[in-house]
Amino acid sequence: MAPEEITELLKKEFGEFIVGSKFDTAHPRVGVRADAWPEVARFLRDDSRTGFNMLRCVTALDLLEDDTLCAEYDLHAIRAPKSGAAPYELIHGICIEVSVPRNNPRIPSVADVWRAADWHEREAYDLMGIIFENHPDSMIGPNGKHPRRILCPDDWVGHPLRKDYLFPMEYHGIPAVTEMGQTRPVH
Amino acid sequence: MSWIENRFEEGLIITSLDWAINWGRRYSIWPMTFGLACCAIEMMAIGASRFDVDRFGAGAFRASPRQADLMIVAGTVTYKMASRVKRLYNQMPEPKYVMAMGACTIGGGPYFKNGYHVVKGVDLVVPVDIYVPGCPPRPETLIEGILRLQDMIKNQSLARDRWQGAKEKVLASTPTYA
Ligand code: SF4
Repeated sequence: MAPEEITELLKKEFGEFIVGSKFDTAHPRVGVRADAWPEVARFLRDDSRTGFNMLRCVTALDLLEDDTLCAEYDLHAIRAPKSGAAPYELIHGICIEVSVPRNNPRIPSVADVWRAADWHEREAYDLMGIIFENHPDSMIGPNGKHPRRILCPDDWVGHPLRKDYLFPMEYHGIPAVTEMGQTRPVH
Repeated sequence: MSWIENRFEEGLIITSLDWAINWGRRYSIWPMTFGLACCAIEMMAIGASRFDVDRFGAGAFRASPRQADLMIVAGTVTYKMASRVKRLYNQMPEPKYVMAMGACTIGGGPYFKNGYHVVKGVDLVVPVDIYVPGCPPRPETLIEGILRLQDMIKNQSLARDRWQGAKEKVLASTPTYA
């Protein structure tokens, strides 16, 4: 199925939960509202017409100008080879885009739909601060429940890849600011 | 400081004993098997046959800090890793030496400016004896570092604490971890 057809199918099934799409790129994508995302994900995986059985990647974007954070899910539908040595066959692929406001970035987790989402969502939380609700590996932080960090230590402050991230001044007694006094990345 | 150091006056016997002990110590520097990033690949290379650091007595890479004399900090030290590096250093028996290998461990290297997670030099965490520059240093450079460390050990004396004078400064500038 082409991305346009998949979008039409989704629009028929979910109506107003499908927001925006972009096809004239190398990376065709469809927007989905955050509150409907787990149902859409389940549909995309289980429906025989779409059959997206593989989550390739979760990308987090910080769109500072639009005041949104955005998670992109790259989906592939693949078919097992007929004989042992042949490569897996790609049936079709699409990218789903879920945008959330920057001041309350909450997206329901899809780690129970695709197991691959587990670590990807932990990383997206760690570096971008998107809170994936009902993530199987959650912990209670000072600001409520969130996925466990995966790269930074648990007591790290802030989310380093956000564009307004401030560098730490020190970490456990180790000075962290460079001698240029630089405290934020240059973009 | 080991049990024997700093207990004697300089003298003929001590000087000869120094010579013997330093001779033993400098030709059996056992490094720790401990690599943090890309520099560790070059550290592995010096252990292999082409560069063969065993020629200088430093080829017995120990898997435990308790058997090691030299900690080659080969790679990027992150804040998360810094407490582990410190703990490994504390577990090594005296006399112990630290070599900062590569730009990352000397001063943050490529991550100096935009690396939010990289310690800007491992000397902020543990006291360093030898700095080996490069990104990564070639194995020859690392061997040169080991040779310079041997020179350093050659000039040690039982009558002198290795950290004489510097010790207070070092202790004040290195944080302690539980
Ligand atoms: S100094 Fe260069 S080669 Fe060594 S760990 Fe850092 S980036 Fe890697």
